[in-house]
Amino acid sequence: MSDAATMTLEEREATLGGVGTARKRKEDVRFIQGAGNYVDDVKLPGMVFGDFVRSPYAHARIKSINAEAALAVPGVKAVLTAADLKPLNLHYMPTLAGDVQAVLAEEKVLFQNQEVAFVIAEDRYIASDAAELVEVDYEELPPIVDAFKAMDEGAICLREDIQGKTEGAHGARKHDNHIFTWEIGDQEGADKALKDAEVTVKELVTYQRVHPSPLETCASIASMDKIKGELTLYGTFQAPHVVRTVASLLSGIPEHKIRVIAPDIGGGFGNKVGVYPGYVCSIVASIVLGVPVKWVEDRIENLSSTAFARDYHMTGELAATKDGKITGLKCHVLADHGAFDACADPTKWPAGFFNICTGSYDIPVAHVSVDGVYTNKAPGGVAYRCSFRVTEAAYMIERMMDVLAQKLEMDPAELRLKNFVQPAQFPYNSALGWEYDSGDYPTAMNQMMQAVDYAGLRREQAEQREKVARGESRTLMGIGVSFFTEIVGAGPSRNCDILGVAMFDSCEIRVHPTGSAIARLGTKSQGQAHETTYAQILATEIGIPSEDIGIEEGDTDTAPYGLGTYGSRSTPVAGAAAARVGRKIRAKAQKIAAHLLEVAEGDLEWEIDRFKVKGLPEKEATMKEIAWAAYNNLPEGMEPGLEAVDYYDPPNMTYPFGAYLCVADIDVDTGETSIRRFYALDDCGTRINPMVIEGQVHGGLTEAFGIAMGQEIAYDELGNVQGASLMDYFLPTAVETPVWETDFTVTPSPHHPIGAKGVGESPNVGGVPAFSNAVIDAFSHLGVKHMPMPHTAWRVWQQCHELGLTK
Amino acid sequence: MSKQQVKMTVNGTEVSGEVEGRTLLIHFLRENLGLTGPHIGCETSHCGACTVDLDGRSVKSCTLFAVQAQDSDITTVEGMAAADGTLHAIQEGFMQEHGLQCGFCTPGMIMRTHRLLQENPDPTDEEIRWGISGNLCRCTGYQNIVKAVRYAAKKLNETTREAAE
Repeated sequence: MSDAATMTLEEREATLGGVGTARKRKEDVRFIQGAGNYVDDVKLPGMVFGDFVRSPYAHARIKSINAEAALAVPGVKAVLTAADLKPLNLHYMPTLAGDVQAVLAEEKVLFQNQEVAFVIAEDRYIASDAAELVEVDYEELPPIVDAFKAMDEGAICLREDIQGKTEGAHGARKHDNHIFTWEIGDQEGADKALKDAEVTVKELVTYQRVHPSPLETCASIASMDKIKGELTLYGTFQAPHVVRTVASLLSGIPEHKIRVIAPDIGGGFGNKVGVYPGYVCSIVASIVLGVPVKWVEDRIENLSSTAFARDYHMTGELAATKDGKITGLKCHVLADHGAFDACADPTKWPAGFFNICTGSYDIPVAHVSVDGVYTNKAPGGVAYRCSFRVTEAAYMIERMMDVLAQKLEMDPAELRLKNFVQPAQFPYNSALGWEYDSGDYPTAMNQMMQAVDYAGLRREQAEQREKVARGESRTLMGIGVSFFTEIVGAGPSRNCDILGVAMFDSCEIRVHPTGSAIARLGTKSQGQAHETTYAQILATEIGIPSEDIGIEEGDTDTAPYGLGTYGSRSTPVAGAAAARVGRKIRAKAQKIAAHLLEVAEGDLEWEIDRFKVKGLPEKEATMKEIAWAAYNNLPEGMEPGLEAVDYYDPPNMTYPFGAYLCVADIDVDTGETSIRRFYALDDCGTRINPMVIEGQVHGGLTEAFGIAMGQEIAYDELGNVQGASLMDYFLPTAVETPVWETDFTVTPSPHHPIGAKGVGESPNVGGVPAFSNAVIDAFSHLGVKHMPMPHTAWRVWQQCHELGLTK
Repeated sequence: MSKQQVKMTVNGTEVSGEVEGRTLLIHFLRENLGLTGPHIGCETSHCGACTVDLDGRSVKSCTLFAVQAQDSDITTVEGMAAADGTLHAIQEGFMQEHGLQCGFCTPGMIMRTHRLLQENPDPTDEEIRWGISGNLCRCTGYQNIVKAVRYAAKKLNETTREAAE
């Protein structure tokens, strides 16, 4: 027997490194030595580079394209335009939202920096030089920049390719620039609740256009082997298997002859879910030229053309009793989708899961309607570190709770406590159709209020306001409360699919004779530590130390099909598949153990890493011994080997929640906001790796801070994108970023095999309203109900100035 | 475009190559030398993913021409671990304190930390935050990077003290 025989139970648990341990990350070893392998690090023999010619105009007709001068540059291999793609029917590509998007603009350009031509050359310098020499003759057209004017009578039709079509992918279109109306809930009931209410509030809450901006931009390398008829595609893909299916459907290459590899990814945050013209052009160029073609976008291209997020104009209405019991909710959203509806949502959900907007509150009746419109802005609508449109929903309801509290002259925390869904109500059916799996909101809220001394903070704020009023201080103090409920882990096949593929996920494992294992999953980490945490789930299930379990993702030739990583779905879906595949292994292991120990299966009990005979503790078979036996000493008739696969279709989504608090100090003379304190309590159910969870929360809060306090992809009246570089687009540095305090409660999901819910996106969803509420709360005693994000010093100063607070 | 010869010392080894006058140092390192540790995140000096150490300074290699690095002494993240594979204290700190997630900013962060700790061997948290403010990270929220730098400072100072005793 190994030395494992003499180890104590605690030592064996520690060696296992399973669920609940703060295991150090496996991926770090390569990253800290510069040995990561990101797309731009991949170099293939004979590889050439592609670069785009982009439109300087937001809206213009293309009269002609002349590539002669570009083609004359030594080293230039080809210039692709829509005219080249059209015969292949590839000048448009399908979007995940049921629309089409121009790969290269054909007759019109519809947003600034839209892709017009693709220049392929020996190196990236030549490609860039030549792109400058492509002459495009444009006739400018009036742009539509304001979403509120998109459906004006007489507004110019942006999408001539679908002009006059009265039916879209999501029902009727009522204007040429209208995409869809999506409605849910009880309109009559909500109207009645508002009409009969003792108190009502209504506010236009806009969540500005932002961009996920991961540090690594989007990139791809296509390599077509014309002899074998095989395409290998490397790319920054959060969902590599879906990319393979789309690539096959688009190119006509049989799916088994396409290999998609998503190597290390330098952050995704939703930016790398969709399919972009660069991917398609690199594939076409490789097919045409027969050599590998690399495309890497630069930062300006990233910010201005691939995957914006939000741009939701949300008019919220709440009905309530005088003492603060909410009796109804209504919300209309004007959704600016830009030039093409390229939202990354499950097919049947054109507004994502926005109907989670009743939040953490027991609201008896509600109605939501969303109108999507086209404008002359970049396409996208991705879920930037959130499940589909969940951060928009959380921002709307958490802002409206504060607006209502102000009207009722009630404390915002008290109003929330009064309206919470109560623990006994779970599973809870919301007015807008979701079944919340589990939660204990009052406990989380009270724990937060105690941890920060909420009452003390409010007293301090009152004193501070007095001081400002007396002219003794120039600093206003704001306290932002946010209590969010997310809906993540898409999702059950009955309501979630991407292009017709159900949103299951998968795990496959092979246990080797010497007792180590390799597991592969259908998801793809972009920094979430899957190689570390999936191994922990498996370790606990199969009793093999996590150090001895390798995890692989991202190669469609080896990994089982899965729908990828976004919407916090890795732990709820693929993590569940990992637990279940482990249970299949353990079930077979138990049969082998019974054979080895010459007892009945039922006489065995599991203990950390082995089976023991009940009542005879010295008779045992470790997983290491069982793994060896699986290859040479099996019960009569049993198949050799120790392998399993599991495809998991979750019965429900999971509903993580949390209580956040932000304390902000605002200098009324400069408008600058300083975040004094930020406390985040998260409940993500069972905690797999506390270190990784805390890291996810820190990162998500920092992204929320960026969004609330500075990020905006804005356009001027001509549709010129303002500030699509890191000079203008706010990515917080270590200096501005606040210090984070984290805390937790644990309310396991009842339907997930290990009770885990997912956490990566919670801090973004809960963080944004906490920051925004804190800033606005600083002015609430002066009658300010709402201020638009981002809360930059300039904007806050304007508010101070308007109130006569500035010197 | 005409090319010229450059030579420099990278991670202790003398290297040379042919580059155009406009070739950026980051492309020379990545494409010519195959050192893909330093990354390109913005090409405008904002993100710091391309940070390397050049003649005792942190530089953003995306905004320096390779010819400007003529005869210089450069260290990239690939040159941080000892020849026998032992990790540098800074690398160890990033791993121990969960100072990275996607890993894309990490080579730049490590090289910036390397110079920061030479200039200020015992920085306060605030000095660390200012010291790494030219390097962006989108994943970690910096809190654990600050801890990683502190870990490395402590370990390096202990090593220095032991050597002195």
